[in-house]
Amino acid sequence: MAKINFKLNEEFVEIDTDLNRRLLDVLRDDFSLTGVKEGCGEGECGACAVLLDHRIINSCSTPLANVIGKEVMTIEGFSKTKRYETIKEAFAEAGGVQCGFCTPGMIIATESLLNKNPHPTDFEIKIGLSGNLCRCTGYNLIVEAVKEAIKRGEGLW
Amino acid sequence: MKDISQSINKVDNDEKISGKAKYVADIKMEGMLHALTLRATIAKGEIVEIIYPKLPEGYFVVDYKDIPGKNIVKVIFDDMPIFTTGKITYLHEPIALLIGPDKFLVNELLKQVKVTYKEEKPLFDWVDSVIHYEFKKGEGFKPKKGDIIIEKSYETSYQEQLYIETQGMIGYMEDNEKITLVGSIQCPYYVKNALVQALDVEDKLVRVIQATVGGAFGGKEEFPSLIACQLAVAVKKIKKPIRLIYEREEDILSTTKRHPSKTTLKALMRNDKIISLAVKVGLDGGANIGLSGVVLSRALIASSGAYTIDNLDVQGDVFRTNTVPNGAFRGFGAPQMMFAIEMFVDHVAKKIGKDPFKFRVEHLAKQGDYTSTMGLYRDPILLEDMINKAMEVSDYKTKRKLFDQKDSYKGIGMSIFFHGCGFTGSGEKNHIKAKVKLKKQGDSVEILIAAVDMGQGVKTSFRKLVAHILDIEIERVIFNNPDTDYVSDSGPTVASRTMMIVGGIVARCAKEMKERFSEENFIVEKVYEQPSYIEFDEATFTGDAYPAYSWGVNVVEVEVDPVTYQVKLHKTWSVYDVGKAIDERMVYGQADGGLAQGLAYGYLEVMNHKDGKIMQKNMTDYIIPTAMDMPPMETYLFDNPYAYGPYGAKGVGELSLVGGAPAVAKAIEQAIKRQVYKIPVTPEYIMELVNNGKD
Ligand code: FES
Ligand code: FES
Repeated sequence: MAKINFKLNEEFVEIDTDLNRRLLDVLRDDFSLTGVKEGCGEGECGACAVLLDHRIINSCSTPLANVIGKEVMTIEGFSKTKRYETIKEAFAEAGGVQCGFCTPGMIIATESLLNKNPHPTDFEIKIGLSGNLCRCTGYNLIVEAVKEAIKRGEGLW
Repeated sequence: MKDISQSINKVDNDEKISGKAKYVADIKMEGMLHALTLRATIAKGEIVEIIYPKLPEGYFVVDYKDIPGKNIVKVIFDDMPIFTTGKITYLHEPIALLIGPDKFLVNELLKQVKVTYKEEKPLFDWVDSVIHYEFKKGEGFKPKKGDIIIEKSYETSYQEQLYIETQGMIGYMEDNEKITLVGSIQCPYYVKNALVQALDVEDKLVRVIQATVGGAFGGKEEFPSLIACQLAVAVKKIKKPIRLIYEREEDILSTTKRHPSKTTLKALMRNDKIISLAVKVGLDGGANIGLSGVVLSRALIASSGAYTIDNLDVQGDVFRTNTVPNGAFRGFGAPQMMFAIEMFVDHVAKKIGKDPFKFRVEHLAKQGDYTSTMGLYRDPILLEDMINKAMEVSDYKTKRKLFDQKDSYKGIGMSIFFHGCGFTGSGEKNHIKAKVKLKKQGDSVEILIAAVDMGQGVKTSFRKLVAHILDIEIERVIFNNPDTDYVSDSGPTVASRTMMIVGGIVARCAKEMKERFSEENFIVEKVYEQPSYIEFDEATFTGDAYPAYSWGVNVVEVEVDPVTYQVKLHKTWSVYDVGKAIDERMVYGQADGGLAQGLAYGYLEVMNHKDGKIMQKNMTDYIIPTAMDMPPMETYLFDNPYAYGPYGAKGVGELSLVGGAPAVAKAIEQAIKRQVYKIPVTPEYIMELVNNGKD
């Protein structure tokens, strides 16, 4: 057990707990941030993706100790931003959402990608999404959604 | 008014994209306990003794002795126990639940349980036939002396649904007597009926509510009834909310999958045509029969594919083995059969020296032909136009020629297929008997049906349908997740039946409501009426097996790496006849997603068992496509309205999966200049073919 601080969705938080716990469990159980999903628990599916200092990570394979003093952003925090609005509308318009279980992770992956590279090629988009599994869409319309977001979000990234 | 097919944004986009949608694992309840499953560690035998560790206060074991009713999960064929009474028939068969407030402690306790077994020799060979069906069309298979007969065999392996949300459920007690289950399910009333039998209680003492479903694909058709029964028994005993969520490994190792199959086809040739076909299908059912008989029926009925062959001799068996039970998966027997028949017609053509494409077109089913079961293709069949469209957009002919060159490792393949919409035969009329309610309350209209939105967009398409008929804004139409305390039993969300069958009844309700719309509050209730011309004899497999058929053509272009034999998909082109799209973009979504699963079934997804143990136990071992694997997919829809579907809609959900495997397998055949007889066509199999196979 240890007391640690980190920034979570733009707020400083303090928590006293076992530092070996998975970030995923801390976010879901202690902070009720259930937009972060568990699909595999072993770093393969990306359903649990969050931003750690603006870069995508899988929270299921990140021990809490790794976020000390850092900035964590989940879909709940990201959904308050303008970039989110743009990505959201693009996903809705393109038909990139089916069961929705992979979707928050896909949104985080999109943000992480565009933050690094605002004008990715189709190939770069696919690489950017390749850590996130979707069983419903076949990815075609998700790739379209990201392209749509790039178009609509000109200047945002 | 706008055309119904014009797309709208899905009604649940916002909650899903923002992460606010509540899946079952997101629901917290005061004092909720956690359950984990104790499972068998052998494939066959008897339990001699179970020694549980001393359980701390507030921790429980729940097993078969706690079941008030029948120890059987009610599905189609009732042979799956809720908990074993001691007999073990497959590895990981459930023995008991361990339950308590701290999940980690429950897990520790689980590890300390000692089970001793008397082991028996498990059966893995396909010899114990538990279901056998056969039927004939025309004169069956009667070769004369001197006739040419061509025979080939095809194999398909397991496929795992791999919904990204694992199986899960929460159970709790209301008012000290009523047991309520909230879960990730496709069929609320399947679960409810199973609970009534397991608990032996009145109907009204059980309630089932659907949580947001994170993908299902058939995997949440019958399997959730098992967890529901286990949990309900536990809730009855402990009287506290309990949650049971599977981890990925447990989900893969212990839940139902697509049946592995072996199919032998024999063609009797005259004048370069197949005049008779003998079909023999074997399915590995696993340790329980469950839905396997229905899966077999669908496979057998599809045995002549999208072609008309006047004489058939069709036989099939479900074999029981000591392996994890197989069950529903999008396509339901059709993907196995479509792979076999689609490969076979090409192989036959090659054997007799005819152009496979021409050979197939000569055999295509046409309106007015008899189906495999002597039903009638009553409605127009647009296959020729669809094929032409697919060839034009994919530049099929040119590429086919180009890739035939010796040093080309590219290939283009085309599959032609159908999917029967709705339950097989008289299933709708005799077994399901769908009921639908539409309720007007003041300004709004509520759809009260048991159809589950598992991503395919039922909530959107049904609200749109009703709004369109009533000519009101979609916001005034309400559709909540089904809760059996409120909704009618409109049947399970399976078999590509939801829009065509349930939507058809909803549309009839809406039309009546429209006439009385000035009335303030009222309910319109209707049941399914089978078109009078549909007759099917289940015992003899004769008559119209389906009320309608959806049709499809897939073209796939691939390239095979000459060194590693890795297959790369370049592009796909698909043409579908689903009657009428209730929302085009949603149909495109189903088209892409189904095709991705079908293609991956054909070349990527490897699953097998060794001594009853599934060898791929997580997402690292069981590979499904990532965004990098999937090529751009183009889809075209042909309108061909079906008289009894709403606005002419037929089935969509499964169609797009069934043609994927043969299309990619044929493309690979061309790329490697070898004939393919089994899927998935892995690099290892390609190597074997390149070394030993024939063109
Ligand atoms: S749950 Fe973390 S990657 Fe799958
Ligand atoms: S939308 Fe279902 S997993 Fe992606």
